[in-house]
Amino acid sequence: MRAPDAAVIRRGLKVTGMYVVSIAVALSLSAGLIAITGGPWRKVLSALLDGSIRNPGRWGGTLAEAAPLLIVALGAIISTRAGLVNIGQEGQVAVGAALAAFVATRGSGPLVLVAAIAAGFIGGALWAGIAALLRFWRNVPEVISTLLLVFIAAQATGYLLTRTFLLLDSDPNKPNRVQTSAQLDSATRIGRVRLFGNEFPWSVPVALLLAIAVALLLHRSVWGFRLTVLGRNPRTAQRIGVPVVVAGAAALAISGAMAGLAGAAMLAGGTANYRYTPGFANSVGWEGLLVALVARNRPLVCLPTAFIFASLRTGSGFLAATGVERSIVDVVRALLVLALLVPPAVAAVQRRRVSPPPAAAAAEEPTVIMGATA
Amino acid sequence: MIASVFNVIGDVLSSEAMYNSAVRFAIVLAFAATGEWVAEKAGTLNISIEAMMIGGAYTSAAVFTATDTVPVALLAGVAAGVVVALIQAHLSHQLTIDQFVVGLTLNLFVLGLALFLDSRWKAVTSVVKPTKILLLSEIPFLGEALFGQPWPMYLIVPIVPAAWWLVFRTRWGLEVRAVGDSPQAADVSGIHVNRRRRESIMVAGACAGLGGGVLVLGQISISGYEAGHVGLKGIIAIAAVIFGGWTLRGTIIGCALFGYFFALQLTLPVLGHRINPQLAASLPYVVALTVTAVFATRTRQPRALAQPFVRGLT
Repeated sequence: MRAPDAAVIRRGLKVTGMYVVSIAVALSLSAGLIAITGGPWRKVLSALLDGSIRNPGRWGGTLAEAAPLLIVALGAIISTRAGLVNIGQEGQVAVGAALAAFVATRGSGPLVLVAAIAAGFIGGALWAGIAALLRFWRNVPEVISTLLLVFIAAQATGYLLTRTFLLLDSDPNKPNRVQTSAQLDSATRIGRVRLFGNEFPWSVPVALLLAIAVALLLHRSVWGFRLTVLGRNPRTAQRIGVPVVVAGAAALAISGAMAGLAGAAMLAGGTANYRYTPGFANSVGWEGLLVALVARNRPLVCLPTAFIFASLRTGSGFLAATGVERSIVDVVRALLVLALLVPPAVAAVQRRRVSPPPAAAAAEEPTVIMGATA
Repeated sequence: MIASVFNVIGDVLSSEAMYNSAVRFAIVLAFAATGEWVAEKAGTLNISIEAMMIGGAYTSAAVFTATDTVPVALLAGVAAGVVVALIQAHLSHQLTIDQFVVGLTLNLFVLGLALFLDSRWKAVTSVVKPTKILLLSEIPFLGEALFGQPWPMYLIVPIVPAAWWLVFRTRWGLEVRAVGDSPQAADVSGIHVNRRRRESIMVAGACAGLGGGVLVLGQISISGYEAGHVGLKGIIAIAAVIFGGWTLRGTIIGCALFGYFFALQLTLPVLGHRINPQLAASLPYVVALTVTAVFATRTRQPRALAQPFVRGLT
């Protein structure tokens, strides 16, 4: 181990400083926005903390919210690694959850649960597969197709809820008039972990293991290496024998499958009271994607990020008492994301301006350029 | 079955309301698509066009609520679009953060911000009365659609040729096209690549912001800002650019096509035809997806589309 030289330390400190400043700017902008619109920003902050961690039994709920976000983010990382920008997770989550509900409401028992989760996985893969097909067969930018598919997914899953032979609950005594699927049988649900007065479904530890597995696969396996080469330079990838189309399409489909898996896990883990409802995905797809962006595509960094984003979700439930609309959370989240994107970019620009000595340059992580495959 | 399909087609083709509505949707799309076309010519696949439209729509509606003057409201919409464009341009073409990452985050940010501000300052608009051009608006079928729209809609008429002139007849436009096709060559011949790209995004922001304003002020049946009004129309505008094979003429035809399907969704129930609501709602999006699949490979796109430019890299 070589002792880091002063320049590297100085640069590290500078980046840390920039992070602190930009997060502070994002938070004060949010506080300012609440203040202009006449809301008490201190109360908002404390409500968010109460709702996400401080009140008894809340952090379990936050963990339960974090698991699907994490799974979606892991999927997003896989496609980004391969240089493909999948931004349609919101639709893939919905399709995965709908297919899972279709299977899960057909029977009961642990086997049905496994089948339902597999259905979610496949559903997400198929939905992203459409985009992959269009990308490699017809050269349609996957950015556009995945986005359009989000809207189509909302309508398609909405249609499933209008027919009893598909998803609509046929029980005449169902609790309300909203069109929902039947409730999952108690034997078809994911079990719950009880810990220090908090409870969360088993999907939370599984998601944690998935994160570790994805990290290992991407950084330590041949498969991960191939994906990385593909993402950074498709031409080189072709020369070293990576099947560009197959690997790219697979990466996109797997990222969709992860989103579908998240949807299935949400359904069997208790979201919307074990029913598939209209708007089931509820922004989990978008937010999971943001988790991956903020973590700059490192699976293990997604763990704390997913928890923070989940805190905003569960915390927003406590905002009603402060009289501030919960959509403020969307603003805070997006501002935070923008704030976290800026410091590394500024650092990269500065590094390019002052060209570093060769030793330091070799030690640096090369910049990943997404979307450079066109 | 076949007879009823012909019946529906006949009804739709002879319905003036259908043409009216289709032209309005097409015009709103055309504002955004024209701007997007300029940005794509410079090499940016600008997905925050959606955010620019949302910003323009809410700001126009809110300013109209406060001032009750349409021109001021539209200008405010343009300003909002440009503000979003400034953020997008500087983050993606100065700090070289990935343009899709910035675009997506901005889309979510502006959507949330508009929703939040709308909950505090409710934006209510009233419809601008249609201006009927004498005699021409009496032409059957298309007359009212083309010559009897509210006046903000007609702003598209100068904007499209202006955009064409800007891109094909000015030095700035020549540089924009150079930057979109071959940034390295443009760079060595002394063009500031990222500055041109930033400027073209501003143009996109101004057009899309105006489009958002026209959407809330010129559309019948819209009485205030609602999140669903923009509802991925920016992305549809991008699809129109792809459909048009990166020509302005084709882009406008694409807008007309997608506008038609948006109108279909509104008019079919009015004409008394039953259509599955989910199918009707997703129709424009399915058509956009299909059409881009058919036309994406047809013509040459700007060669450096969606590729960031960093001097010395590659």
